[in-house]
Amino acid sequence: MTARDDPAGAISAQGAQGTQGTGGTRGTQDTRGAQAGTAIDRLQRLLALVPYVVSRNVVGLAETAAAFGVTERQLVDDLNLLWCVELRSPDPYCPIDLSYEGGEIVVSQAESIGRPLRLGVDEASALLVALRMLAEVPGLQDRSALSRTIAKLEAAAGEAGAVAAQVAVQVDGRGAAAATATVRRALDEGRRLHLSYYVPGRDEATERDVDPMRLLVVEGRTYLEGWCRRAEAVRLFRLDRVLDATVLDVAASVPEAAEPVDVDRGLFRPSPDDVLVTLELAAGGRWVAEYYPCEEVTELDDGRLRAVIRTPDTRWVVRLALRLGEDARVISPPELAARVREDAAAALAQYS
Amino acid sequence: MSRRKTERLLSLVVCLLSAGRYLTALQIREAVPGYPESFDAFKRMFERDKDELRELGIPLQTGPAAGEEEIGYRIMRTAYELPEIRLEPDEAAILGLAARVWHRAALDRAAAGALLKLRAAGIDPDPGTEPGIEPRLQTGEAAFAPLWQAVRDGRPVSFAYRAAGRSAPDVRHLEPWGVVNRHGRWYVAGHDSDRKAVRVFRLSRIEGPVTFLGPAGAVTVPEGTDVREIVREWDAMPPARRTAALRVRRGAGSALRHRALSERPDGEGWDLVEVAFSDPGWFGEHLASFGSDVVVVDPVDLREAVIGQLKGSLA
Repeated sequence: MTARDDPAGAISAQGAQGTQGTGGTRGTQDTRGAQAGTAIDRLQRLLALVPYVVSRNVVGLAETAAAFGVTERQLVDDLNLLWCVELRSPDPYCPIDLSYEGGEIVVSQAESIGRPLRLGVDEASALLVALRMLAEVPGLQDRSALSRTIAKLEAAAGEAGAVAAQVAVQVDGRGAAAATATVRRALDEGRRLHLSYYVPGRDEATERDVDPMRLLVVEGRTYLEGWCRRAEAVRLFRLDRVLDATVLDVAASVPEAAEPVDVDRGLFRPSPDDVLVTLELAAGGRWVAEYYPCEEVTELDDGRLRAVIRTPDTRWVVRLALRLGEDARVISPPELAARVREDAAAALAQYS
Repeated sequence: MSRRKTERLLSLVVCLLSAGRYLTALQIREAVPGYPESFDAFKRMFERDKDELRELGIPLQTGPAAGEEEIGYRIMRTAYELPEIRLEPDEAAILGLAARVWHRAALDRAAAGALLKLRAAGIDPDPGTEPGIEPRLQTGEAAFAPLWQAVRDGRPVSFAYRAAGRSAPDVRHLEPWGVVNRHGRWYVAGHDSDRKAVRVFRLSRIEGPVTFLGPAGAVTVPEGTDVREIVREWDAMPPARRTAALRVRRGAGSALRHRALSERPDGEGWDLVEVAFSDPGWFGEHLASFGSDVVVVDPVDLREAVIGQLKGSLA
């Protein structure tokens, strides 16, 4: 070991010392290390770190830390650990030599870990399933890049990629294709759209101008996220409910304050103005609890359920209750229960 | 403690990759620093280390060590290394997008692990420009993780399942062939060993835990099986071969008008709309949801279905 230079170079004596920790900082560093995962997680990172540098010849500390999701301090600690690896037999030697002088990492000796480990089955499947799902998404412009990527990844994954064929994702593209091309064009050109949009909960076709923001694919459906000029708010439009779309000769202007939907927190955000509706569902109506996000679901006897749904607009609940017939009962609010009965009675009167 | 373990495992990997031959446990102890003096303690630690490397997907092989009676260990570089893969910038951007699909879902960690290895192979999957599209897969169903494992490892399973409209769950036994997400819902398809037939189950209707019934590799997926097609067929609506004549209040029923075969005025404020349908039960429920805005003129069984449905709401 003494025969080699310190990996941090001339100025690095201090740097290296820093990573050992001095007094007060040591505790925090240990905690951070623990948060970064187990010894195995770290091994996985180290086995990727060497080839990451090797494949790029020279790479900055900051950029590398960002790519691996660690702090620069953790990264330096990783590099020191790699540099310290020692084998004792047949003769003692240090298989890995590297430096990070001046914030630039160079690996001069990577021994046998200069290439990354193969993809595991879960890893290969996760990416292949996702890529094949993208192939289903209406409105993804670059299909040739997608099929090239799939072919290359399949080749690199080898056998590990085989199981991915047993997982499939089918995105609902019914009726969405025509609108999608128009919406995509508006997005690409940054222009305003006029939409004729069906709101099934109210059985209404609405007309509105929308400044498109992006497409979302969530729970198997494709949505346009945009600034609705009628509502003056960010709205989601299901593409299969767009009856007609026209690109307008006006540049889209999304207000600075328009906040994109956080896809990972669910598409529909509760509001304090929402009404809580309690439904009792017979076995034939249990699907409602699977289909709509419920605040609360309670099992009753005979396979019945009590479901509490939060909604900004109760009109669709009336329609839902009419569709469910004897399989559903609106428990509260009482005026909604009365409305369902009135509507059913009015509809029946037309058959007598 | 954990740092020393990482160091030891890393040395072990480098040692076995570069040896070029099978090494016995004792030879490994000679070469890799950090193992305890006591032979028993070393043996135990070495066993655990081997398991951990295999868990990580490192192909640790056993075979005869030259000139030794004991079994030896090695890692073949050809089995260890990710084959060469080069992506153009547009392909790398697509890959970055694909890795986000599982965000916060079951294979999130696997996708991140794959991306890490591909970065290590020299790929930069961070798109320079926003792709303008954000796709996500959700795996809220508790049964997803065990069923994915069962499919991956070829293991039969059993679970309690509440079929549509049933008031109590049944225990079902399945040789799973694949999991499919169709329009946002997860299904598992396979051979139902009680019914002795191909069956599809919706994951959200599985209640309680999924139990593994056999060892890995016990399930053989028949040649040419297309799970996606099995689920599609199971879920598909029968073709709409019948025609309904409906009176629809003007300004209402645009979903019906959108798929109308014909549409003409029918008295003050009403239109006569003809629509194709298949199942009077299902279509009757749909029509009931329009309340007094839609009246079925013909056929009689559809008319009866809607009337029955509306009476149900009054009962």
